[in-house]
Amino acid sequence: MAKDIFRMGEMFGNIGCNDEKDISVNVMKKEMFDLGMDWERLGREIRGDILRILAKAGSGHTGGSLSIVEILLALYYGKMHHRPKQPDWPDRDRFVLSKGHGAPALYVVLAKLGYFDLSELDKLRCVCAMLQGHPYNCNTPGIEISTGSLGQGLSVANGMALAGKLDKKPYRVYALLGDGEVQEGQVWEAAMTAAHYHLDNLYALIDFNKLQIDGPVSQIMEVEPLEAKWRAFGWETYEVNGHNVEEIRERLDMAEDVKGRPSMIICHTVKGKGVSFMENKVEYHGVAPTSEELERALAELSLGRNTK
Amino acid sequence: MLGTRDVYGDILVELGEKNKDIVVLDADLSASTRTCKFARAYPERFFNMGIAEQDMISTAAGLATCGKIPFVSTFAVFLTGRAWDQVRQSVCYSEQNVKLVSTHAGITVGEDSATHHANEDIALMRALPNMTIICPADGIETAQVIRTVAYHKGPVYVRLARCKFPVIYDDNYHFHIGKSDMLRDGDQATIIAIGIMVSQALEAADNLAKEGIAVRVVNMSTIKPIDKEAILEAARKTGAIVTSEEHSIIGGLGSAVAEVLVESNHPCPLKRIGTKDCFGVSGKPQELLEKFCLGVKDIVEATKDVIKRKSGFSPAT
Repeated sequence: MAKDIFRMGEMFGNIGCNDEKDISVNVMKKEMFDLGMDWERLGREIRGDILRILAKAGSGHTGGSLSIVEILLALYYGKMHHRPKQPDWPDRDRFVLSKGHGAPALYVVLAKLGYFDLSELDKLRCVCAMLQGHPYNCNTPGIEISTGSLGQGLSVANGMALAGKLDKKPYRVYALLGDGEVQEGQVWEAAMTAAHYHLDNLYALIDFNKLQIDGPVSQIMEVEPLEAKWRAFGWETYEVNGHNVEEIRERLDMAEDVKGRPSMIICHTVKGKGVSFMENKVEYHGVAPTSEELERALAELSLGRNTK
Repeated sequence: MLGTRDVYGDILVELGEKNKDIVVLDADLSASTRTCKFARAYPERFFNMGIAEQDMISTAAGLATCGKIPFVSTFAVFLTGRAWDQVRQSVCYSEQNVKLVSTHAGITVGEDSATHHANEDIALMRALPNMTIICPADGIETAQVIRTVAYHKGPVYVRLARCKFPVIYDDNYHFHIGKSDMLRDGDQATIIAIGIMVSQALEAADNLAKEGIAVRVVNMSTIKPIDKEAILEAARKTGAIVTSEEHSIIGGLGSAVAEVLVESNHPCPLKRIGTKDCFGVSGKPQELLEKFCLGVKDIVEATKDVIKRKSGFSPAT
């Protein structure tokens, strides 16, 4: 516990804001202290919420939301300088969920951090709801750009990074892509741009869960060797266990020492992670859990049906 | 004669000097689009994205999220066609303040042939919510358009050409988004035109006047949001309309005018001048205008035709 408090102090010292006024710090502190930086427990809670809101909505992308939980924890709880109550804070770190169908996971994290009311989660995908099926920047605090049409988010992130360089601002830009998504040609256009313009304030991650809609990525359109490709495009590349929050955070820390090149962290993940009957299953890409499946899943996660 | 793209290049430099948030992106065509002038003046704010139009559009959207005002240029066919989904998702749906300024619209692109002509760009952009579409009639109007859109909030598509246009306006003209300009009044028919076809329409009106036919000429430089009142006024006062555009008759100015007329209480005979659902070919600009029936004589013939149809016109009651 002492070691955890020390690490938290380090972390908050890096945030660069007055923690009496900054609500994001207080929220994080509360979560960190309540949970003792128990990433495993926080991950289970978030997974439970993801499954609940998908089951309630009756549609949505289960597998690819469950696979990115630890990545989002590492970013939003462990790395990014941001203010949930001031989502347009000019010096904020930016995050682009390029694989926009992972929206349920992002929505749960943003709600828990206080970007919007938790009650919005239950209205996911309802007509006139704030939370759309894919991220919509015009009405959802914390969403920088609308994504969902794959392949565009890295370019958008590049634009943000270019603006940061022009304005000499210290903010960092993070983008999370899917592995199937890198089949889109625009991703490689963006990869060239980031290297060409020396965007060392840009950190991209890939949710490498090896599955896409029609089957395994290796069978539909092989994207390997992924690490070699990004390195060949001029990126500093890392490969990590995408379900180890500390490992992801450490790599992001290391990437900050890289000058003149963007960084790519390839996160090896499991689609549907956390629920045994959903893990590594292609069929849970774009399907929400049924009521019965929800109950089984929550039991596996050691969560009650109504716990928030 | 003034090249609308030449004016664009000059005005960008002027704007860049006044507003440090203006940035410019191009896709390896900056010599042709004339964004090279901005590139020379403000190299730190110019981003050549290479031959990668989709990346260019979404990158511009990212810059816009951070308060920049990106002007994005390449040939019309690539800006609106190749990168249509990026314009839709990253710019229009995300409501980003991106200014898409194309050059080389229409068939007057000429010798490069159909792969480089753009006869569908207005149709493509018109279907997008949140998009404003402007096609200036000459260099004077182009300067005002570029200055205006720099401070207009929201996505904009400005359509410029390769060739030089006759000068129609002087410094007394004031462009406003959404407001057409009546260049000539008349009571027998109206020619509503955009771009190079405005000066063609004026010449046609002069020829018709010699035959005692008084024709109104309207420059409908903002195609979206279209000046509905001007269209309805033309229908009420003159009873017949010819639209004239360097674009397909499907989905462009002619279609936009037809939509207004047909839903109004003043439908009237209409003839659309434009490319007839076909691709262009290599040739000199003026030759192509004649070949594809976008010449002055085609406008004259079409006007006489709609006037003739007035007597037989009986809208259903």
